[in-house]
Amino acid sequence: MAKPIWMRVCLGVLILLSLAPHDAHAEIKIGAVTCLTGALSTFGVSSIEGAKMAVEEINAGGATLGQSIQLIVEDNGSKAGETATIVRKFISQDKVAAILGDLTSSATMEGAPLAQAAKIPLLTPSATNVAITRIGDYIFRSCFVDPFTGKIMAKFALDHLKAHQAIVMTDVKQDYSVGLTEAIVHYFDQNGARVSNTFSYSSGDTDFRTQLTGVRTAHPDIVFLPGYYTEAALILLQARQLGIKCPFVGGEGWDSPTLVQVAGKAADGNYYTDHFSATDPDPRVQKFVQIYRAKYSTIPDALAALWYDGARLLALAVQRAGSTDGSKIRDALAATRDFDGVTGRISIDENRNAAKPGVILKIENGQPEMVQRVIP
Amino acid sequence: MSRSLLNLVFALVLCASISFFGENFIASNFAYYYDILISIGVNIILATSLNLVNGYTGQFSLGHAGFMAVGAYASASWSNHLDPIIFGIVNGSGNPVATNAAMFVSMLFAGAMAAIAGFAVGVPSLRLKGDYLAIVTLGFGEIIRVAILNLDFLGASRGLSVPGTYTNLFWTYGSVVLCIYVVLSLVHSTYGRGFLTVRDDEVAAEAMGINTTKYKVAAFVVAAFFAGVAGALYAHFKAFLTPEGFNFFRSVDVVVIVILGGMGSTIGVVFAAVLLTILPEALRGLAHTEFVPAAYQVLLENRLILYSLLLIILMLTRPQGLFGDGTAFKKWLGRSRAD
Amino acid sequence: MDKLIEVLQQLVNGVSLGSIYALIALGYTMVYGVLRFINFAHGDIYMLGAYSGFLLAPLFAHTFKFGEFDTFTPENTLFILSGAGLIMVLSMMICATIGVLIERIAYRPLRERPRLNVLITAIGVSLFLQNMTQYRLGADPKAFPQLIPVYVIEGLGNLTILTSQLAIIVATIILLIILRFVVMKTKIGLAMRALSFNPTACSIMGVNNDVVISFTFALGSALAAAAGILVSMDSPSINPLMGNLPGIKAFVAAVLGGIGNISGAALGGLIIGILETFVVAIGFPQWRDGIAFAVLIVILLFKPTGILGRVEREKV
Repeated sequence: MAKPIWMRVCLGVLILLSLAPHDAHAEIKIGAVTCLTGALSTFGVSSIEGAKMAVEEINAGGATLGQSIQLIVEDNGSKAGETATIVRKFISQDKVAAILGDLTSSATMEGAPLAQAAKIPLLTPSATNVAITRIGDYIFRSCFVDPFTGKIMAKFALDHLKAHQAIVMTDVKQDYSVGLTEAIVHYFDQNGARVSNTFSYSSGDTDFRTQLTGVRTAHPDIVFLPGYYTEAALILLQARQLGIKCPFVGGEGWDSPTLVQVAGKAADGNYYTDHFSATDPDPRVQKFVQIYRAKYSTIPDALAALWYDGARLLALAVQRAGSTDGSKIRDALAATRDFDGVTGRISIDENRNAAKPGVILKIENGQPEMVQRVIP
Repeated sequence: MSRSLLNLVFALVLCASISFFGENFIASNFAYYYDILISIGVNIILATSLNLVNGYTGQFSLGHAGFMAVGAYASASWSNHLDPIIFGIVNGSGNPVATNAAMFVSMLFAGAMAAIAGFAVGVPSLRLKGDYLAIVTLGFGEIIRVAILNLDFLGASRGLSVPGTYTNLFWTYGSVVLCIYVVLSLVHSTYGRGFLTVRDDEVAAEAMGINTTKYKVAAFVVAAFFAGVAGALYAHFKAFLTPEGFNFFRSVDVVVIVILGGMGSTIGVVFAAVLLTILPEALRGLAHTEFVPAAYQVLLENRLILYSLLLIILMLTRPQGLFGDGTAFKKWLGRSRAD
Repeated sequence: MDKLIEVLQQLVNGVSLGSIYALIALGYTMVYGVLRFINFAHGDIYMLGAYSGFLLAPLFAHTFKFGEFDTFTPENTLFILSGAGLIMVLSMMICATIGVLIERIAYRPLRERPRLNVLITAIGVSLFLQNMTQYRLGADPKAFPQLIPVYVIEGLGNLTILTSQLAIIVATIILLIILRFVVMKTKIGLAMRALSFNPTACSIMGVNNDVVISFTFALGSALAAAAGILVSMDSPSINPLMGNLPGIKAFVAAVLGGIGNISGAALGGLIIGILETFVVAIGFPQWRDGIAFAVLIVILLFKPTGILGRVEREKV
């Protein structure tokens, strides 16, 4: 007799559920959560490539505590609420020793309180919102915070570009952009310069001419553009088309080959701050770029480098802790000093944030060239 | 006491006792399944309440996530500002009596705010029909989202942290039971026959002297109230809200549950909610096993392609929804009783 | 005087944005006219149009020297325009085929079902197209090749009009004229109008409804593809999700103008485009995505059939 379709469906789901992983390999598990599908996957895919490469290198270089490290990768689908579910899965199902992620600040804000409550160390390689590491003593970060990026952007504009009247264009949909804007305006106000106006736009917009017409009439010395490259590229292009000549200064959100591909010549003569530059002559960086290129046949972007460093930093801390005990890993992470990463020497400070150098790049002839290294 | 009311009380007591005895055990040992359980509850509330509008009353709302957002943000703001004053809860922790009382009040507040929003949208727009209504509700959902993005005291794009994860099995499944009870008794009461007449033949209903607008608004307000309650449960569980979490696709998710469950069949919709909440997680689990050949792993990594294909195929092969109008269930239940 | 120039400037920006919405809205409105359902996947056809241009352009880059000209000159104008035109026509043909296939596979089997079912299928198709594109071509934005040189047209004083904006406006006008001709003067156009008036009577009169519906999908998809190409000439960054918001806004435009009415869709598109530009200009850019819906709600409350829509009396 044919069973009704819904019974078959139930059966199927039960079978699927029973397949949930129960592997008994003696491996140290680290859970990694990022956005591999959905709107933010353009950022997430390279992040996980970096992390996987780091774990493979560490495993190839000798086992940790006699066991290799297994990276369990989960995708939050760029959806709100998913990261919390995944962190619970990491903690209760996979029994991970530590968690790497998430990519964005808002996703990390969901997962971090759970990791803190379970006393499982969580390290985010790329979430820059200050509030994250305030959640608790098990929450770490291996990149800079928004105020730091904002400050070095503003300081560079003041000291090197001699800009005294600036305009900021903010992506109101991105907490990252809003955070940087606050820091830039604050620094300019403190140092006797003036942000004469702020214009806002939203991620996903493609037509910025209306705001740029306003920028043009204001004749600023400089325009700060702390957004992501997806919109920044079009803004640069449309600004030059409208005859705006002053330089634009951006943050690490600009880091992508797409920026130059889309903006073309309009990208030249602009500056941005970054965690890392693929053109950095440092042999460590060059070796990383070479291996990454051989493996994934593209040049690594900043997120790949950040997640590579984050994964290595975390795995080495597990190694140093000599245990999978959460509190010991936390202590080892907190004791990280002068970790030699491709994004610079990283030390974890008392607020569990990373103290590390940044770089300032100038785009010339379609190539971002490093102009300056900034040490905090 | 009528039989259905007795059932309600019994179900609520059951929820309370499960929550009282099993809550901590499940939450601490099976946190992942616990998370899925709560998500299922939230989705059941969203879907059964939307079913009142889309299924029983035959209207079409595409803005359910908007009402959920109103509820979530309302309850979060309430807890942020008023819990410390009224219940003396600091940073989300306090004695169980205080936190549960706080949860109850914030849920009521969330539901009330969402219901007010539902009324405000419903009264003017329910003169519209079908597709127009769909697009107006979609637009309303988007406006809510844009508004939150522009309100600094709600965290704007930074998101809003919610103090206190008060949501537990009792509040979640208590709300589920209540929601199902309200929807079913509305529909099966003499009063509730009005909803069905609006769906089946609006002109005829009007000719019989039924105030169709009143029924539509009533359905809309009740649905919005429960969407708001679901929002409160979500807010106090995930503890962090972003406007992007309540976008158009969240509404679509709920509509898909209702359609798959079979419009106008509460039991089918409940079942579809369970299924569609578990399915992505099951696929997630499957992606890590060696059970699936490498060639198909890529499909699992692209769950959304699979999901969209499933949706199309299901609609083409079972347009009445996975479970039809629920007669299959009734038959099955009847048969098993007979056995 | 300055104020006047500024208003004029924003009007130009608004009209070029609105032209894009209008082209997409036409597809919605025509499909609604014949089938009475919202084709949610239409915005993704617009995205696929841009992607077909992106994939086709390299094949012809050598022949038509894409990106090698900095300005239009009397000698090269025809050459450049024929190159861009070819890409556009080819993309329109590809998308027309895709549109017809989608209708055939996903919508036709459900034609006798409630419209909600087709709506859900359409949402499924939309998700499928987006995710498939993401999977095959990557989620990151791609740089669209330069088909025509983009620069500010000189000799207009303080008014800044780009060649790409002019191209959008001119191409839209041409396409609208062609569409009007097709719908009003050809036999298939007559059949489309007859079908939207009364499907049963139409088929009794010997019209093959399936052919007419397929043709409507082809026409609408071709226009969406044209919009995709035109918008990519102007803002040369394309991504798999680019069709979402313009798709929904274009639908709003179609409803605003009176759904099922071709002139209404064009008018609605222009109104939404201009309104959006002015909302940004007066300093509320963050409300850009909200304004379209706010206007829609207001219009529907006072004139639910849209600006040019005809009143349809419900038959018992």
